[in-house]
Amino acid sequence: MLLIHCPHCREDREEEEYSYSGEAHIVRPLEPEALSDQEWGDYLFFRKNPKGIHHEMWYHAVGCRRYFYATRNTLSYEIIETYKVGEQPQVSAQGAAQ
Amino acid sequence: MKKYSGFSLFKNALSYHENWQKLWRSPKPKDYYDVIVVGGGGHGLATAYYLAKVHGITKVAVIEKGYLGGGNTARNTTIIRSNYLWDEAAQLYELSLKLWEGLSQELNYNVMFSQRGVLNLGHNLQDMRDIERRVNANRLNGIDGEVVTPERVKEIAPLINISKDCRYPILGASWQPRGGTARHDAVAWGYARGADALGVDLIQETEVIGIRRKNGSVVGVETTQGFIGSRKVACVTAGNSGVVAAMAGLRLPVESRPLQALVSEPVKPCLDTVVMSNAVHGYISQSDKGDLVIGAGVDGYNGYGQRGSFHVIEHTLQAICELFPAFSRVRMNRQWGGVVDTCPDACPIISKTSVDGLYFNCGWGTGGFKATPGSGYVFADTVANDHPHPLAAAFNVDRFNTGALIDEHGAAGVAH
Repeated sequence: MLLIHCPHCREDREEEEYSYSGEAHIVRPLEPEALSDQEWGDYLFFRKNPKGIHHEMWYHAVGCRRYFYATRNTLSYEIIETYKVGEQPQVSAQGAAQ
Repeated sequence: MKKYSGFSLFKNALSYHENWQKLWRSPKPKDYYDVIVVGGGGHGLATAYYLAKVHGITKVAVIEKGYLGGGNTARNTTIIRSNYLWDEAAQLYELSLKLWEGLSQELNYNVMFSQRGVLNLGHNLQDMRDIERRVNANRLNGIDGEVVTPERVKEIAPLINISKDCRYPILGASWQPRGGTARHDAVAWGYARGADALGVDLIQETEVIGIRRKNGSVVGVETTQGFIGSRKVACVTAGNSGVVAAMAGLRLPVESRPLQALVSEPVKPCLDTVVMSNAVHGYISQSDKGDLVIGAGVDGYNGYGQRGSFHVIEHTLQAICELFPAFSRVRMNRQWGGVVDTCPDACPIISKTSVDGLYFNCGWGTGGFKATPGSGYVFADTVANDHPHPLAAAFNVDRFNTGALIDEHGAAGVAH
């Protein structure tokens, strides 16, 4: 059972309160109709799926019902940080940010 | 390779079973192979076996980072069925089922394939509509199946609760009598023994750490035992497919998730079929040694840890206890998790890639075990001819760009 810190509620809550929304920082194309099939498929389906540091989106489904981001290690399941949408992670696969 | 027979059993009994031949050699890797299969699970070993057996390509290595069949092959609930909705999927799984039916003879190795039948329960009106549709689709594809009433479900599995008073009453089921289970380890060992006898090198405890390319073509793999050359590299690495793809600079439309299962203490024979329910999410069968084998769902988030969240198995056991009230006091013995690569359409990827000579067989998600023989068969054909086998063509990775998805969530997405 993960304990996840919601940056909106500022509380550690159990994982059952949340739902998962996959890889974070995928920007919706501004002009979807201008994309090729290749680009549209890549946007919809293709993912980094890393073993290790992963930036991902979570939804506090039975709490504040707001989205936020988390940096989590997909091997150890350690949640390194959680941050609000619009913010940038402090830690990346290359190491801590400056 | 010495053939197993009643006579060999008798002969070896005379020497207290101490002189049985080893199942396979443990060779040192050569410098070059015609095909390298990355991943020594059931699908990888089956691929190597059919490359040698059907296509005569025997200069093949299977490279496995752990031991043969030690990953998801040894971590699943061994259910076999072919009652998938769409033609493409149904035909692939049916090819597998047909191969299962002759597999013990083919491999001269008892894979304990038991056609004890599979029930897929329906608990609401929409479930029953989906079941009717799926069974009709199956029959049009020549796959056995029938829609059965709750009373018939009770005849097949007498311990089941068909009371109308429970939260999710059973309204009926689909029944595939040719479905069943097999012994998971034996499948890997049987294919390994068969492949080894045909000259395939099975290289264990060697991890692939890089894929070497030259001008857009594969030239070999970097391993923990050094470089091994090959113009064809076939990756069958299940949950780690994304990691292996990244070695070649590729991304795949898969997400790796932990999938859990658990077994109870052994009890006397009480369930001689497989019962699955998508709606309440549980599936259960009884193994030959008596333990109840129970499958849970995937975790809600990506993970490479071979373990899962407790609330997922709690949810499954609630469903099992409602379906089979008699099992509520059975104690659970062991629980484990495997990492499965889930695809957005719950169908596998059997495909060439944008790198020449690099092939992927992945994305089987929560239900790859049943497909082991067919998966190996069509993938070996795809690799040998550098062209998709007719049954594999629809499972090209391109489908995520063309939009020709094969949406099997109804038949496959939840319980496998």
